[in-house]
Amino acid sequence: MPVETGTQEVPAGGGKDLDLKRLESGLDALETPAHVKRNIKGYFFSLLSPLIAIAAVLVIWQIVIWLQWQPDYIIPSPRDVWDALGRQVEQQILWASTFNSIRRAAQGFIIALIVATPIGVALGLNKTLRSIFGPLLTGLQQLPSVAWVPAAIIWFGLSDATIYTVVLLGAVPSIAIGLMSGIDQIPSIILRAGQVLGATGFNRVRQIILPAAWPGYLAGLEQGWAFSWRSLMAAELIAVSPALGPGLGQMLDNGRSLGDMALVLGSIFMILFVGVLIERLIFAPLRKRTLQNRGLLR
Amino acid sequence: MTIAVAPGAVELHHIVKQFSADGPIVLDDVSLSVKPGEFVSLVGASGCGKSTLLNILAGLESPTSGVVNLAGPPALMFQEAALMPWLTAGKNVELALGLGGVPRVQRKARAQELLELVHLENSYDQRPHELSGGMRQRVAIARALAQSRSVLLMDEPFAALDAITRDFLHEELSRIWKETGITIIFVTHNVREAVRLSERVLLMSSRPGRFIKEWEIGSNEPWRSDSTFSSYVSELAGEITDNLRREIVRHAS
Repeated sequence: MPVETGTQEVPAGGGKDLDLKRLESGLDALETPAHVKRNIKGYFFSLLSPLIAIAAVLVIWQIVIWLQWQPDYIIPSPRDVWDALGRQVEQQILWASTFNSIRRAAQGFIIALIVATPIGVALGLNKTLRSIFGPLLTGLQQLPSVAWVPAAIIWFGLSDATIYTVVLLGAVPSIAIGLMSGIDQIPSIILRAGQVLGATGFNRVRQIILPAAWPGYLAGLEQGWAFSWRSLMAAELIAVSPALGPGLGQMLDNGRSLGDMALVLGSIFMILFVGVLIERLIFAPLRKRTLQNRGLLR
Repeated sequence: MTIAVAPGAVELHHIVKQFSADGPIVLDDVSLSVKPGEFVSLVGASGCGKSTLLNILAGLESPTSGVVNLAGPPALMFQEAALMPWLTAGKNVELALGLGGVPRVQRKARAQELLELVHLENSYDQRPHELSGGMRQRVAIARALAQSRSVLLMDEPFAALDAITRDFLHEELSRIWKETGITIIFVTHNVREAVRLSERVLLMSSRPGRFIKEWEIGSNEPWRSDSTFSSYVSELAGEITDNLRREIVRHAS
């Protein structure tokens, strides 16, 4: 049923029609909420406000040091930690370790994303599959993925495969479960509309299901990233070998074996810092844009 | 805009619908013949199976027995606009175009044309939550038309709108119907709305759903914009409402 175009343009100056058109545009203007101006000050505050917490921690920490409550090999001063990290920079370990860890976590996360998405879609749409595999997935999500490290070392030795196995087992269940619950929360009217529009099979998944489930999916991705990162750190801490190259987990383990408390704390801060950085730079903007686009931002 | 419609755009023959073998009969021997390009309204109280009938026409449900004859799958509009909240108004229309097989390069221009048809030419980039209820429903009309179907089913599409907006949308829908020549089957609780818009009004009984009476209004164009038409609408609406009430009273204990 081809539709001829051309004849459907609004007739120019068609008396009554134009009246309706103007009436309607007046009504539209009245009923559309006035645009709220974006608050630049508020934006900068939300960007910089985490620094207040950091400053507070530093102040309390420094006060504890001044009180000389514990010797510095138990609680090193902020200055000692800063110097310890500086030495790692000089030895060209810090940045290499940080980037190597981020690269591993990111690669593991992307593989997890590719593995988890079809699982999440299948279990989200098929009740039978969900009742069979759902509990297994929930169980895997509850299981600390560090429990897989010994098994992975026996299977793959001290190799990248060991690290990726642990990262995947940490991230896949979270992403799949997030996507599943995102699919559960799709209003049924959206699914019906998709059906009426003729979306079936792969088109339905790509153009209706995944975008409609995106808020839950995104929450799953965020949690999946957190699980990738912490699983990676656990794996790097346990599976230490020169063959694996540098990493923040290795740096932390190195500090432990040298009894260098400043390096241990410095490594922990770096791990924390990377986590916050990824959340602020990637997930927070994504989450904000998602809510904004859907009119859910309060 | 002309839409090629196969003769007898909608034919229902002896449709019976029961949701379970021992359940109540929802639709009892319903037959309907709608001419191509006709505007038919179905009116009835709750429980008359209007929505079930539309679902059967839309292919979302199948009848227990009987035959449905349609030139092709129809477009369907709901009481809610049911726009995709992650897409702009224009992209919502484009989604329907894409799923209908319109090549990517033509979609944007075509979507803009359809938005112009519903007087929303400036709303292409607006998101559903930025639009008023009436504007959303107009985007839904544009999206339904984007499917290039010969039949449009409307399930109480204006029931959730305020009176002023509904009034505009009545004029809007009449104009679009004339411009496109599409067949419309319109389900409503609102008798006046049915009389004002359609060429034929069918009254349904409740439990079980059946057609019990039919009024032919005709589409004599000059007459519809005549001043006598609105008094005719009131009069006929009154008559249909009487019939509807008699049907409701029948169910009183």
